[in-house]
Amino acid sequence: MYLPDGYTTLEKLREAGEYAEYDLFFGPNHPGMHGNFGYVLTMVGTEIVKVRPNAGMLHRGFEKAMENKPWAANLSLIPRVCVPDPDPNEVAYCQAVEKLLGCEVPMRARFLRSITLELSRLGSLYMGMGGLAGALGHYSTMYLMMIERDLILDRFEALTGARVYHIYNIPGGVRNDAPEGWLESVSRLLDHIEAQMPEYDRLLYENHVVWKRLEGLAPISAQEAMESGITGPALRACGVKADIRVDAPYAAYDQVQVDIPTSGGGDALARAVQVRLDFAESVRILRRLIAAIPEGPVHADLGNLAKLRVPAGDAYSKVESSKGEFGYYVVSDGGEKPYRVSVRGPSLPAGLYLCHKHLPGMKIDDVAAWMMSFAICPPDIDR
Amino acid sequence: MALGEKSFFAPFSILANLFRKPATIQYPKEDLDVHGKPGPSLIYRGMHANDLNACIGCGNCSRVCPTAAITMTPDPDAPEDPAKTSERPVIDYGRCCFCAFCVDSCPSGSLRMSRDYIYTRPSEVEEPLQEVLWKRDAFTIKPADAHADNPGWVQTESSRWLDFQRAPMPQMKAEERVNGFLEIVHGFSREAALREAARCIECGICTNTCPAHMHIPEYIRAIYDGKIEESVRIMYRTNPLPAICGRVCTHKCETVCAISHRGEAVAIRWLKRYALDSLPQEERVRVAAEQKAAAASGKSVGIVGSGPGGLAAAYYLAGLGHAVTIYERMPKAGGTMRYGIPAYRLPDAVLDAEIAAIEALGVEIRTGVTVGRDVTFSDLRSRHDAVILAIGFFEGRTTRMTGWESPGVHRAIELLRKYRSGEEIPVERKIVVVGGGNVAMDIARTLARLQRIRYGKVDLLVTCLESRREMPADEEEIEEAMEEGIVIEPSWAPQSVEKDENGKISGLAMCRCDRVFDENGKFSPQLSPEVTYCYAGEQIVEAIGQAPDWSFLTQEEQERLGLVRGRATSLASGIPGVFVVGDILHGPDIIHAVADGHEAARAVDAHFNR
Repeated sequence: MYLPDGYTTLEKLREAGEYAEYDLFFGPNHPGMHGNFGYVLTMVGTEIVKVRPNAGMLHRGFEKAMENKPWAANLSLIPRVCVPDPDPNEVAYCQAVEKLLGCEVPMRARFLRSITLELSRLGSLYMGMGGLAGALGHYSTMYLMMIERDLILDRFEALTGARVYHIYNIPGGVRNDAPEGWLESVSRLLDHIEAQMPEYDRLLYENHVVWKRLEGLAPISAQEAMESGITGPALRACGVKADIRVDAPYAAYDQVQVDIPTSGGGDALARAVQVRLDFAESVRILRRLIAAIPEGPVHADLGNLAKLRVPAGDAYSKVESSKGEFGYYVVSDGGEKPYRVSVRGPSLPAGLYLCHKHLPGMKIDDVAAWMMSFAICPPDIDR
Repeated sequence: MALGEKSFFAPFSILANLFRKPATIQYPKEDLDVHGKPGPSLIYRGMHANDLNACIGCGNCSRVCPTAAITMTPDPDAPEDPAKTSERPVIDYGRCCFCAFCVDSCPSGSLRMSRDYIYTRPSEVEEPLQEVLWKRDAFTIKPADAHADNPGWVQTESSRWLDFQRAPMPQMKAEERVNGFLEIVHGFSREAALREAARCIECGICTNTCPAHMHIPEYIRAIYDGKIEESVRIMYRTNPLPAICGRVCTHKCETVCAISHRGEAVAIRWLKRYALDSLPQEERVRVAAEQKAAAASGKSVGIVGSGPGGLAAAYYLAGLGHAVTIYERMPKAGGTMRYGIPAYRLPDAVLDAEIAAIEALGVEIRTGVTVGRDVTFSDLRSRHDAVILAIGFFEGRTTRMTGWESPGVHRAIELLRKYRSGEEIPVERKIVVVGGGNVAMDIARTLARLQRIRYGKVDLLVTCLESRREMPADEEEIEEAMEEGIVIEPSWAPQSVEKDENGKISGLAMCRCDRVFDENGKFSPQLSPEVTYCYAGEQIVEAIGQAPDWSFLTQEEQERLGLVRGRATSLASGIPGVFVVGDILHGPDIIHAVADGHEAARAVDAHFNR
């Protein structure tokens, strides 16, 4: 069939009224989707016209379930809010509870919290960078990064007894001190990570395909990002120097130097580069933390934790996760269970309403990369 | 990071990976070895392992479990042990989230999570349906047992949820308290009581052990919830003398407390006292009166003795609507609690308040009435529809050593009774007390105080047959006595009272006691007569036990009651309508007497309604 320049077959068909809009379900069935979440995309050909977020498939009622369990027992559920990066959840919740209790966490426990948070960030960023590579078709990079992530999980296993759901933090501190030689093994791992990074840079960040796919994709301005509640690497990618570890230090981040690298540009490429900068900074912070960790107890005495009572009041605690601000708003009526727990997930604004701005007009191929660049995680939305 | 021209050879750098160690392993040829030992992490939270011998069946794991994965199930092989229940945890791995909170809150430390885990692996399976059995590879799910030797996740000091440390109890210092008879223990503050109540894991093993089966976890929970009135209400269901028991109970509950296996037992006794001390008297009387049934039954019960057994029986009988009269030979009610226990342990005001709450139910207490002298036993039986004998141990036992009848040799219980009645008692400068039980400690500490008041210094020695470890007195009593300057000399048997040329007591001759109990735990002292010693002393007090005074009964009546060597064998005596409670049934112990009293009230009620 002859087609004039600039016409695709589908456009022609559409003009002729022979090809209508159709709905495409971009959900858990798609390998580019992160878990149990979905977008119903109204498509014309391969182009998105309209998008409708379809949440609810994950729903386990995290927040409601927390109202029915004792304060400490909730820790078994909380890391499940974010699988790749569970520790910020634990720490944010514990900090909120500790704020209400007025309890002082021992310094060594604060350092261990920071160290696990940074390790968790590295693991999560590996998943993020590898996932981005996967979304762009670079499966080797993804697999290699998963191997590196596994090495981090080994360290978690040695410290906490579990690989994914660490359940390491508890109101008052952490559950166990680092076993002998653990900090040295983390240092050795950091050496290995730093030695490996140039290869991954070559594979991912110095790759023409990656640049071409990401450059100019889904740009946001600093103003827009702040108005929408975007935090973390996506905000720093707009050139804004914002990091909770510096702006409102928690755990042991006031004890060591923390820098805020920014990439700037605001598009998906800037966000991808920002993640890489965060990764390098995280390794540096980890080295400083390991060098400065003091001796001492790792848990404050709070009595029988099963019957822990938290004074009435409310507290909000926020933690800089690999994706942005993870916040826990906790209300206590003075009882043995929370009255209300509310989770602020970092990717909620992008996942729920920036999608309406960015996705229409986008090709279906870019949706997975777009999701990866904002690190959209279903439990942030569906909790 | 910039996008530049890549070297032509850049792709060949991948060849370096040919020499990398593979990140994956080939199971079962290889095993994970990243933790210095093949298999998962040394503190891996794998499948549970429970040491069934150490497990006490408290069920705390089941209560703590966030996913309700643990069910307590009766175990037919569980040993008979008062400090354990017969239930053991069974874990549903379909629900378990492997958080190990059960391990961290296990009071006995029996539970751990092992390095075992469930995994799938190719294995040979038999297919019995085939004509010829043949094997094929299939993936089966089974726990790895290769790493079972390593403990995995165990409870540590920092991961432990439980509080093994008792809240400190404020009390008078030794040098202060020995100057008088003020109550030593001050009682918990609100903060300390809440802290202490939080330590209780509410397993209820204590309830099984308490002779009165007090609802201990329930009232501790009420205290923790700030519901003092409710906690007192719960106590009155099984014990109408909670304030007394809150001070001087032998607290058998605390000896089996789940926390006591590795930490300090929950201070159940002090918590009880805290609840009673925090409730105003008029409210306590109101709570106590809630036991009162609406209608009077028209039956009347006479109780001989106003000790704990008599008072408890009276309270519950009055609650059931029966008219109750207590006959007490001493001028005030309370029995040994008033005339035996020193005021520094149990002040009179506490006793008075407790008795007032019981009297408020309509119980009549006739003091100064001696059964056998002022009223006969047969009078009592004709006057009342049922009679309860709660006479306790009124007489002191003697060692019958040479010279025991001399003036200057006393029986502890008689001295205590005299002193508590307000009479003057002899106190010499140098005293020897014979006996290692709580009564010995009571008289020793009473006399030490009087010595201090009279002579300015304590010079008192307590000696007993038993070794220091075997001494039947409460450990804290012994320690407090020693703090007050009393010397304890265990493992000596008294032989004779030594006198000087004027016939005045000069000391106590002793010989070494090597052993008190034989292999079967029976009392059979073995003495070394060649090892002797004489303790100097001007006054000797025997505190080796007490006995009931049955003189108000004829020999025939005693026989009909069914007494064996002065002790009753069952609550219902040989005479219909006559019941026996307290010391004469179960030996000297307040909480046993309370339990008996409650039991007797039920028995009497059943007797009436037969």
